[in-house]
Amino acid sequence: MAKNIWVYIDHFKGQAVPASWEAVGVARTLAAELGGGVTAVVFGDGVESLARQAIQFGADDAVLAEDASLADYRAEPYAALLTSLAQEHSPQVVLFPTTARCRDLAAVAAVDLNTGVLVDVTALEVAGGKIVATRPIYAGKLLAKVTCAAEPVLITLRGRAFPKPEADEARSGDIVRVEPVLGEDEIAVKVTGYSEGEGGVSLTDAAVIVSGGRGVSNNPNLQPPDGLSEEEQEIWRAQQGFKLVGELAAILGGAVGASRAAVDAGYIPYAHQVGQTGKVVSPDLYIACGISGAIQHLAGMRTSKVIVAINKDPEAPIFKLARFGVVGDLFDILPPLTEALKERLGK
Amino acid sequence: MLKIVVCVKQVPDTAAQVVVENGQVSWGDAPLVINPWDEFAVEAALQMAQEHGGTVTALSLGKEGETEALKHALAMGCKEAVLVSDPALASLDNVAAARVLAAAIQNIGDVDVVFFGRQAVDSDTGMLPAQVARVLGWPALTQSASVTVLDDGGVQVERDLGEGRQQVTAPLPAVISVTKDIGEPRYPSFMGIRKAARAQIPVWGLAELGLEAPAVVVSWPELMNPPKREVTTEMIEGDSPQEIAEKLADKLLAEKVL
Ligand SMILES: Cc1cc2nc3c(=O)[nH]c(=O)nc-3n(C[C@H](O)[C@H](O)[C@H](O)COP(=O)(O)OP(=O)(O)OC[C@H]3O[C@@H](n4cnc5c(N)ncnc54)[C@H](O)[C@@H]3O)c2cc1C
Ligand SMILES: Nc1ncnc2c1ncn2[C@@H]1O[C@H](COP(=O)(O)O)[C@@H](O)[C@H]1O
Repeated sequence: MAKNIWVYIDHFKGQAVPASWEAVGVARTLAAELGGGVTAVVFGDGVESLARQAIQFGADDAVLAEDASLADYRAEPYAALLTSLAQEHSPQVVLFPTTARCRDLAAVAAVDLNTGVLVDVTALEVAGGKIVATRPIYAGKLLAKVTCAAEPVLITLRGRAFPKPEADEARSGDIVRVEPVLGEDEIAVKVTGYSEGEGGVSLTDAAVIVSGGRGVSNNPNLQPPDGLSEEEQEIWRAQQGFKLVGELAAILGGAVGASRAAVDAGYIPYAHQVGQTGKVVSPDLYIACGISGAIQHLAGMRTSKVIVAINKDPEAPIFKLARFGVVGDLFDILPPLTEALKERLGK
Repeated sequence: MLKIVVCVKQVPDTAAQVVVENGQVSWGDAPLVINPWDEFAVEAALQMAQEHGGTVTALSLGKEGETEALKHALAMGCKEAVLVSDPALASLDNVAAARVLAAAIQNIGDVDVVFFGRQAVDSDTGMLPAQVARVLGWPALTQSASVTVLDDGGVQVERDLGEGRQQVTAPLPAVISVTKDIGEPRYPSFMGIRKAARAQIPVWGLAELGLEAPAVVVSWPELMNPPKREVTTEMIEGDSPQEIAEKLADKLLAEKVL
């Protein structure tokens, strides 16, 4: 067991993040180029099915640790276990999806293993037996090639940057069970609770994103209920605007994004912010409604495949990046657009 | 009295057009500023010091004279600032930088909490908080949206993990990285700005830290400008919103992105 190329399967309460499977696909490609095989690494509680799925997606075998102390992600028990496994088996490479958890885990493992992490990688090549990764820096304003001279090379892969492999239900492989290395009494950090995020599609995994900016509150024709302060009236208007944005997103099975101006004005929570200090996204379709296209916003969505801009101002910089542009009021355009797409998509 | 440290980095303004020229990163004449995430870290540190009694020291690792971030932190209200700088530390990777920052934190001595920003907007890695914690052997509470000091001397934070928020507790000393939800960073006061302008910021090199230059394993053989986005923008026009919407819907289906 334990091949030279490892993939860490990140999950949230037993549900794998899609980029974990993309990472399995990348691991297969690396195995073809470097020689060797792919081992999936799965930690959690009640997560055996993830080990099986990883094999179906292309891993040759899996290492599985299931324990109550691993039920929720925590850096201490997860990193201690990953490090001890890596010390025992000396993999060449460990791949992770780029998630909040994996940034943490890879960071700590790199310290313990005296190696480095290539973070949020969007392309990989093997040149002369060495892995050369490409990653965006300055929020995608530049690209850098990066290499790591020590082993294992730890690499986190950006979601949606690599294709998701097809699962093959006939594939099988060994699942080797391992025990955690830290007991609960040796772990300083205790999980005391959980609050669910808002439901819906996660921005970084979404194939379609419809985003709203400051323009979503700009509809003087809407009459807010009596008794609201000026600020409350603005937020009320913005909620009507975001409702239209949300309806379009829902029809397209997409997620709702926002500019920082919309977030700062209190129209929508920060979790929706796209841009240099928000989320960097790369959907197939990005529809920007009432967003001017400041450089910090563009940094977060410029690699989207098709960009559509709906804006009243024909001079808005967002149009320079857009495949399709509509100069108009989003309150006029969005309702018939949602209707037209609903009809065409048979929803 | 809590002894609090906040780690801050000097970066080019986010409005800068960053390009590669002759293999070097250039941001033209854009100003250098405190990493925007680190303003939230300074805010969190100052709040904790105000509520529970304590002092905040801002710490930055950078080249000679890279004191913009430290001055901003002082202007916001930090009591002291330290720049770690040494010609032997010109190009570090994350783990190496973490070892140096950890040594500086040990050199400050008796530290209870170290705050970090979520991520540096130039290198975009978000690795240092967890790594510094690991080198120090302290718990790392990364991506914290709120921080509460508990009566037993520990801390409770709410970590934003994307899908939801995980509430965790840990004993001090600990490392905490914060997100925007911690609260709007305060503006520097007039007095703060004056104090920052006059401050003599001590510089610690490897000798002061009693450290040898740590090994660097990650290298950046090539920097590139991203491929130009080749788009021909097609403006959709029509006599009514309905007509525009119908046309746009057809175009989107034809692009095969739905
Ligand atoms: C350190 C720093 C970090 C930042 N990070 C980010 C980031 O991560 N993400 C981000 O987005 N920004 C970020 N910004 C902010 C950025 O500079 C812009 O201020 C912000 O993106 C503007 O948002 P906006 O386009 O919604 O608002 P505005 O620039 O005000 O644009 C509103 C647009 O809506 C249009 N409009 C108005 N009414 C309508 C209507 N009824 N129908 C159609 N169009 C209408 C207007 O023509 C205008 O173009 C950052 C700034 C700084 C300093
Ligand atoms: N050179 C530096 N000096 C001090 N703190 C830093 C430095 N680089 C990064 N940090 C801190 O570490 C956080 C995460 O940075 P990074 O891991 O580089 O993305 C930042 O928000 C800062 O708080």
